[in-house]
Amino acid sequence: MELEKLTCHEIHKLLRSNEITSLEVTSAVISRIEAVEPNVHAYITTTFDEALEQATIVDKELGCGKKLSPLAGIPIAIKDNMCTRGIKTTCGSKILHNFIPPYDAFVIQRLKEAGAIIIGKTNMDEFAMGSSTENSYFGPTRNPWNLDYVPGGTSGGSAAAVSADETIVALGSDTGGSIRQPASFCGVVGLKPTYGRVSRYGLIAHASSFDQIGVLTKDVTDAALLMKVISGYDLADSTSVKIDVPDYSNYLEEGLKDIKIGVPTEYFAEGIDPEVKSTILQAVDLISEIGVRCDDVSMPYTEYAIPCYYILVTSEASSNLARYDGVQYGYRAGSSLLDMYKKTREEGFGGEVKRRIMLGTYALSAGYYDAYYLKAQKVRTLIKQDFDNAFEKYDALITPVSPFPAFKIGEKINDPLQMYLADIYTVTINLAGVPAISIPCRFSKDGLPIGLQIICKPFDEQMLFKIAFALEKILTE
Amino acid sequence: MAITKKEVEQVCSLARLELSDSEKDEFTCQLDSILGYVAKINELETSNILPTSHPILLTNVLREDKVKESLPVEEVLANAPDAGKGHFRVPRII
Amino acid sequence: MDYEAVIGLETHVQLKTNSKIFCGCSTNFGVSPNSQTCPVCLGFPGVLPVLNKKVVELAVKLTLALNCRITPNCKFHRKNYFYPDLPKAYQISQYDEPLAIDGYLDVEAVKIGITRVHLEEDAGKLIHTQEGDSLVDYNRCGMPLIEIVTEPDLKTPHQAYEYLTDLKSILEYLEVSDCNMEEGSLRCDANVSIRPVGQVELGTKTEVKNMNSFKAVERALSYEIERQIKVVQQGGQINQETRLWDEKKEITIPMRSKEEAHDYRYFPEPDLVPLEVSQEWTEEIKTGIPELPQAKRQRFIEGYELPSYDAEVLTANKSLANFFENTTKFYPKPKMVSNWIMTEVLGYLAEANLDISQSKLTPTHLAEMLELIDSGTISGKIGKEVLPEIFKTGKSPAEIIQEKGLVQITDGDEIVKVIEQVITENPKAVEEYKTGKKETLGFLVGQVMKLTKGKANPQITNKLLQERL
Repeated sequence: MELEKLTCHEIHKLLRSNEITSLEVTSAVISRIEAVEPNVHAYITTTFDEALEQATIVDKELGCGKKLSPLAGIPIAIKDNMCTRGIKTTCGSKILHNFIPPYDAFVIQRLKEAGAIIIGKTNMDEFAMGSSTENSYFGPTRNPWNLDYVPGGTSGGSAAAVSADETIVALGSDTGGSIRQPASFCGVVGLKPTYGRVSRYGLIAHASSFDQIGVLTKDVTDAALLMKVISGYDLADSTSVKIDVPDYSNYLEEGLKDIKIGVPTEYFAEGIDPEVKSTILQAVDLISEIGVRCDDVSMPYTEYAIPCYYILVTSEASSNLARYDGVQYGYRAGSSLLDMYKKTREEGFGGEVKRRIMLGTYALSAGYYDAYYLKAQKVRTLIKQDFDNAFEKYDALITPVSPFPAFKIGEKINDPLQMYLADIYTVTINLAGVPAISIPCRFSKDGLPIGLQIICKPFDEQMLFKIAFALEKILTE
Repeated sequence: MAITKKEVEQVCSLARLELSDSEKDEFTCQLDSILGYVAKINELETSNILPTSHPILLTNVLREDKVKESLPVEEVLANAPDAGKGHFRVPRII
Repeated sequence: MDYEAVIGLETHVQLKTNSKIFCGCSTNFGVSPNSQTCPVCLGFPGVLPVLNKKVVELAVKLTLALNCRITPNCKFHRKNYFYPDLPKAYQISQYDEPLAIDGYLDVEAVKIGITRVHLEEDAGKLIHTQEGDSLVDYNRCGMPLIEIVTEPDLKTPHQAYEYLTDLKSILEYLEVSDCNMEEGSLRCDANVSIRPVGQVELGTKTEVKNMNSFKAVERALSYEIERQIKVVQQGGQINQETRLWDEKKEITIPMRSKEEAHDYRYFPEPDLVPLEVSQEWTEEIKTGIPELPQAKRQRFIEGYELPSYDAEVLTANKSLANFFENTTKFYPKPKMVSNWIMTEVLGYLAEANLDISQSKLTPTHLAEMLELIDSGTISGKIGKEVLPEIFKTGKSPAEIIQEKGLVQITDGDEIVKVIEQVITENPKAVEEYKTGKKETLGFLVGQVMKLTKGKANPQITNKLLQERL
């Protein structure tokens, strides 16, 4: 049996029936990482020794007949922007290349309590800025389906690791599509929960009012299991919301009776690859065929999402990233104080990060605040209203994740604006703070995965799981 | 032009970035095209629209005034590029 | 030409909480460097702030006492700038939607407008070494502060001094701050300009910083106003600048200007949610507001029939006012109590640099002692000797009198014996008295007192001595 190919729920069953051990699963995953990592480069740091040690502990507990969480003994990969106590956390940046956090992020605490095995920290675009994982100080990650192609970004390392069986499940973070787009490019499931559903404590901030931690898994069932573990209120995050977390697994097989789905026409307009368009519309047809009502719906402010998003995100980022100045941690260069600030930041940050810091600094600076930042905040209200209106009539929306499948490494890296435009179908979701999932749909004629996005009301993740699970079944039949 | 090289230099100074001359030219050009594009939001009339700063509306998230253990000083300073006498050390101000 | 000054004050006050404004680190003063820090106040990657409820309650209490309007839905903003004492490179503060606005404080019958009161976090501390580099201690970072900004309503340095004294007294009454300037829990900056008397528009102002006492504020303002007048009279112009008060030289000097103009790029702090201080919450906090100094002063004048000077001295400090009131409960002669407190008690406290609450003297002690004087058990003079003993030992007056044998001698026979001795030993003085030099009597009484170590009742001694002579 190739244990690394299994899902979390499959392994959990085998562990419980004592057919396999966590040590065997962990070892299998480690062997797989050692075999494919030179090609894929999904990880920045691996933590094999700690993982094997942890697996042994879990096996002992299993041997005692202790009732364990579905995550117990399961290898998991963590995007390298979540703080792990004692384990280097770089955010894909030179400026944090040697940073070892003295504390665990909230989600890491939850995973440790659940007995999950942290196998390593995955590659990402520096400070989660980009759409291809090419902006990593540690070099790009490659798409396991075709090594000449990008895995998407910014959680490209996590998506590639799940896709290449270099882990069983993974955590990612999503500011404007950073979980869903790489999930789509790598043919795995990726879920970004409602803003406030998962604590951001310990997630290195990119844009605070957009960032959410979410999951990347091989199937919808695993996503439900993992989401249950990491969700919930945290006193340490003022924006985390006190709403009960349902047992998502219970909703998977509820079926789609009486569910109404909207298909926003703006998400199929110019610029979309015809193959992507037909793939998603065919999937919509398949659901209609089983009796689910699917209507066209208009979300007129969609075209303003990219400008709105990039103004707000870069503004918040310019402030969030100001702390990387060489004083307390990370990279330092320069001699006098001012020189230290400038050289540390000039040498420590990559091009895309600097570009965004400049854009955000400009948008917040005296004389421009009203025209850029405040205006964009108002446009955010309008985009949010688009979603409120749609959800008055529909339980969920179905859209593409990206206008095109994975592109070649180097293809878009020199045109930042073109790269930004690629986020068109995902940023709206973060502007509105709603949850969305990307599930694998079909393959392009070039053999690259194409993902489908389902969007729901705030805190209605159970609806996402219900629909995603049903669609997953239909699409694999 | 949405942004000039001189403005780019001012922004660099505010953001404490030291760009080379060629980088400044490149960034001026790129920022100009991005700013030109994002100006699209000005097409919208928003005078009666309230700004959104959080996607989920919450108020009064407060903690009780309880003391929690601080971090041991060794851990505080463990990542410091330069430290001494229990302090972080930074170069001379000027 | 005559000039008048226009002064506005910005006062930073550290609120009296157990933990910092956005994290659980302790607010203790005087601990070893960086020992009261955590990932949150150090601004480590990934951390988030959570607002301390007590901070809001204390601040609201103060804004109510300053007659402010509370903003129903206020926000926190980030103030962005780079400096090594600011670990996140932004300070969480409030900007266009502060906690409260539009208040006032009556200072010597003049209404001083309060423009705004807002919450913010303190920065760390830099120590410049001899080698030229700087050491950073973040213990102070994240201490809860309120900033109180006045309208430019103050006209003289003395008025500024009075404003600060009144403000401090309110802060202490409310128990919202320790107001300890040495520990940095109260800091004040001043904006000052001058204009010819009668002119409406304001002159160019300078900001004066680095004053470490209220007296220093007064002196710095006096200096700065004179300096500005001199500059203008000599045909010069005032530069809008920040100046530092040099306590030793008693001058203000321009601060080295930063290499660029500040652009703080304020924007709403996305890691915190808006603060809504509801009517109910405000009412609840209001019930915790004690009687404030001005009201207390008035009550002391009317209720205890004290002169206004006494009332002012006694109410300047809440614990002193309480001490006075408690003493009168046991010894209901307010003016007498006031006299003793204002002279003897305050004199001792000033010398020992103590607050009444820190001393061993209790209201019952003082009341008991005053009764012992009234009953003639001891003289007033002995009372003044007993008091320091109470301060030192905390023992009751009766105990001290007993131990030291200080009970007054009122027995005529005993006094007569001493008088005989004095007459024998001072024949010259007796002779002088008899020949009409009446003032010699005082000398003889003094001799009796000396021999009895002050215990002889002065009235009786006087009478008996006169009779004997």
